[in-house]
Amino acid sequence: MTTSTHLVYLIALPLVSSAILLLLGRIADKWGHIVATLVSASTFAIAAIEFFQMRSRSGDARAATQNLFTWISVGSFDVHASLLLDQLSICFVLLITGVGTLIHIYSIAYMSHDHDRRRFFAYLNLFVAAMLLLVLGDSYLNLYVGWEGVGLASYLLIGFWNQKPTYAVAAKKAFVANRVGDIGLSLAIMIAFAQFGSVSFTGVEAGVPHASTGALTALGAMLLLAAAGKSAQFPLQSWLGDAMAGPTPVSALIHAATMVTAGVYLITRSHFVFDASPTAQTMVLIVGGITLLFGALVGTAKDDIKKALAASTMSQIGYMILATGLGPVGYAFAIMHLLTHGFFKAGMFLGAGSVMHGMNDEVNMRRYGAIGKVMPITAVTFGLGYLAIIGVPPFAGFYSKDKIIETAFNAGGTKGILVGGAALLGAAITAFYMTRVIVLTFTGTKRWDDEAHPHESPSLMWIPMVVLAVGSVASGFLFNSGHALVNWLAPVVNAAGEHDAKEFLPPLTISLMALGVVSVGVAIAILKYRSNVAVEAPEDVSILTKIVRRDLLQDDFNDRVLVRPGQALTKFFVAMDNTFIDGIVRGVGGVIAVSSTNLRKIQNGYVRSYALIMVIGVLALIATIWMVTL
Amino acid sequence: MLTAPQLSYSLLAPILIVLGGALLGVLVEAVMKKGSRAAIQTAIAIGTLVLSFAYLIKIHAQTSKTAAVSSVSIDGVGIFIQGTILLLSLIAILYIADTDNFAAQASAVPGSEEERTAVLAGKQQTEVFPLTLFAISGMLLFPIASDLITLFVALEVLSLPLYLLAGLSRRRRLLSQEAALKYFLLGAFSSAFFLFGAAFLYGYSGSVTLDGIATAISINSGNDVFLLIGIVFLSVGLLFKIGAVPFHSWTPDVYQGAPTPITGFMAACTKIAAMGATLRIFYVGFGQAEWQWKPIILTIAILTMVVGGVAAIAQRDVKRMLAFSSIAHAGFLLAAVLALNTDGLKGALFYLATYGFTTLGAFGVITLVRDSSGEVTDLNRWVGLGKKSPLVASVFTLFLLSFAGIPLTSGFIAKFSLFTGAYETGNTVIVVVGVLTSAITAFFYLRVVVMLFFTDPKSDSVSVVIPSIMTRAAIAICAIVTIVLGVAPSLLLNTAQTFATFIR
Repeated sequence: MTTSTHLVYLIALPLVSSAILLLLGRIADKWGHIVATLVSASTFAIAAIEFFQMRSRSGDARAATQNLFTWISVGSFDVHASLLLDQLSICFVLLITGVGTLIHIYSIAYMSHDHDRRRFFAYLNLFVAAMLLLVLGDSYLNLYVGWEGVGLASYLLIGFWNQKPTYAVAAKKAFVANRVGDIGLSLAIMIAFAQFGSVSFTGVEAGVPHASTGALTALGAMLLLAAAGKSAQFPLQSWLGDAMAGPTPVSALIHAATMVTAGVYLITRSHFVFDASPTAQTMVLIVGGITLLFGALVGTAKDDIKKALAASTMSQIGYMILATGLGPVGYAFAIMHLLTHGFFKAGMFLGAGSVMHGMNDEVNMRRYGAIGKVMPITAVTFGLGYLAIIGVPPFAGFYSKDKIIETAFNAGGTKGILVGGAALLGAAITAFYMTRVIVLTFTGTKRWDDEAHPHESPSLMWIPMVVLAVGSVASGFLFNSGHALVNWLAPVVNAAGEHDAKEFLPPLTISLMALGVVSVGVAIAILKYRSNVAVEAPEDVSILTKIVRRDLLQDDFNDRVLVRPGQALTKFFVAMDNTFIDGIVRGVGGVIAVSSTNLRKIQNGYVRSYALIMVIGVLALIATIWMVTL
Repeated sequence: MLTAPQLSYSLLAPILIVLGGALLGVLVEAVMKKGSRAAIQTAIAIGTLVLSFAYLIKIHAQTSKTAAVSSVSIDGVGIFIQGTILLLSLIAILYIADTDNFAAQASAVPGSEEERTAVLAGKQQTEVFPLTLFAISGMLLFPIASDLITLFVALEVLSLPLYLLAGLSRRRRLLSQEAALKYFLLGAFSSAFFLFGAAFLYGYSGSVTLDGIATAISINSGNDVFLLIGIVFLSVGLLFKIGAVPFHSWTPDVYQGAPTPITGFMAACTKIAAMGATLRIFYVGFGQAEWQWKPIILTIAILTMVVGGVAAIAQRDVKRMLAFSSIAHAGFLLAAVLALNTDGLKGALFYLATYGFTTLGAFGVITLVRDSSGEVTDLNRWVGLGKKSPLVASVFTLFLLSFAGIPLTSGFIAKFSLFTGAYETGNTVIVVVGVLTSAITAFFYLRVVVMLFFTDPKSDSVSVVIPSIMTRAAIAICAIVTIVLGVAPSLLLNTAQTFATFIR
């Protein structure tokens, strides 16, 4: 461990900047966005310096800590507000600050017509600060502060245009779904405290070997619930699609590249819990597997380009969660996919934003078509992201996704075939719906009406897209060459240096299988959407399509199973509260109020009665003491 | 031949500096031109307090010493309390500097011809500054005095100026003068008890030092009746000053009548000084006789919490409400006397400091809410203030939440650490009652919050005045301290821990 004194600036800079922008108000309108962007860029610079310093250190000295202050100290329970920057967190810090800065730059142009741009940038900086705290905290409690902070920032940004009631509702939905996950995290913290007497990562890790399996499984399950809430995983996935109500840069930063991957971070960070509890690990696998298929299926029926991308995000995070469920070997691949996904998905969201910017905020892909000709840069950068996500070599997604599919098959036995098969099937569906997006948007015939005048976006917008596209092309190769990322992360997530037990199939065979199913998916999509796309979504479709269009009935399910019984229960409790509990409280309150009024009468303002009260008091005291001592 | 006693001036310097400042203030009052007095007095007062605090920091490491022939003990608790009093006095001086609150001449009717002539003729007096400094010097001596004579002298030095200060309010002069008279009469009454108790204790132990009394108790040498009566009578003097039931009756009347900056000063600093002395007397002097006095302190603590909490509910005047709330807080603080351990002491020190800042902040806000005839303290007219002046209402809410002990304010940590200390030594009863009364007090604090924010304002002319920069700074400091110590209590808790020691 090395001690550092600079880590705090990573969080303090954006936090202070956010506060300044919010507190100064309109005065900061002219220059607020520039300050916010510069602050974000400087956090990236700090992160880069920290990264190179970390690389120059060796072995155990790579992780750096900074103790800020003792937060809580009660008896033997100490929580320090401390930061930890190790090989795992630096990956996130670089991603958050790097992609974050690009999106700040993009937003300068994207939000230039919005008169609340300053507030937008203040929230963005708030988000960056909270997210950095989330990945830099050295205990679950510190992480929790950041966890709630990003939740708040996400809520504020989804509902940024809250003058539209539907957007405000979307923000609320995201907030509520996240609350469920947050309860999971707070319960996990309580379990950790009760079991290990500590809530720091090292403290819990040290306690794991002595804990009972039941406790570990409970802890793992609660952490998984937390991860599911934040990362839009089954069964708490329903909020992500609606979260697209936020401005597109927000979708790119928060709901694609960074915040939604916090669940993956949480599970990877807590690897010692899951490694010690096979049951919890299996739950992780199941959740990841279901979500990756669920998201992919939902993505096939979305006509809203942002919602299609959101479904895809859900599915790709499913891949990551699945990978974390595969044990020590999987964590590094989960992080690798998380990082490559950060590049290509953020890039595609920015591309979608660019298209919307040129098309009067139209999001329906059925009204796009042939946009590639008028927006060449957007089309090319989006296309590179597309090639990356469907996993065409040598683009980034190929390396990361292939590794996950391979490791899944290598898990062995029925389990291996099931999760491997799910991952492979997911790859095929991904290829289908992403090709659909590309074909509907950029190729084919023009379906927009004459009022739209699509044009290439300004350079402030396309430069970040180009940078992210470069990442989508090259990052996978870089991470994978010489197992760079796997070796880098090994001290944190795979200290024992575990390998796959045995190879289910040779890696080349699996790669070829994956490429095979991907080309099938691509081919079907091209054939289906090449021509004759209706501007309105057809109504005479099979019941299956209808179900998929309704997000596989997730909202209907939530409504029937959770919302309505919940409301009934609430009504019951309200009635109970009004009659029974309030009755008691009013009774007590009444008694107190009456005695209070009586007490007031003693307070009559006469010095003589006050003095008398004192004398009586003295006599009573002497009488008391007399009785006690006799 | 008599040898002159060793006085250790360096250890007494914080007190002597304040006394010197007060004397300088008297001189200024006598010789300076009228127009420039207020500014000079403010500067002298602030300079004196800062200098005194700086000196305190200089000597804070030399604890565990006695000075002036063992009549004062310079130890951790003493230094901590002195430091707290000095910092809080600084804030109080910032309020007091807003001289609008004080009568130009104690005898003139507000807004009257006499007053206007007095102001025009430059007869506005600023004796409030030296008076405050004299009171502060007494407060600095009170918590470190370790014999009964010094204690009594300190008690009188801090009380006499306060009686005068209470009568200086510029508006509602009659109420103010009535308050001053009541405070004086009852104060004299309680002082008599104190002195009588001191005599009994001397009769019991043959000594006036706390150490001598403690020794006498441990070898059980005297007449127990003298000891018990002595403890009771001495306690009366102290309990009167901290405002414990049944010696609290003066509190609401005086708090209401006194000029608000002075009320804040009394509520914060007097209570802290008196609590410091009480802790010392019971920990150092009567520690061995705990089985005799614990039942009465327990009874008083419970009575104080309950009466303070319950009576506050029916109050319609914000200053009276805060007076009863301060009574309830005195009850909470008595739990630390019962705890008789380091944790309780640590909790009490932290509690006193945070309570002081919150109290001063709350009274500072009260000075801002006015109509044409001065401060408005009728709670019914505060309704809807949150809509008119959200910032002021929010700050007041913060102080109320801290009083109520809501987490993330300093009040929560204070109550928590205080009760933890009391619980550790088995005082379960007081902890249970304390928590229950906290709930009662939370009720009336929150009721005010509801009035401020969730009720529509009435259309009468209460307005929030834009405070002077000094008042603004003072309120801001109090608010910041309240939040910071709620979020990161260890900043002060650790200090309180290191200072939580008495010497005998």
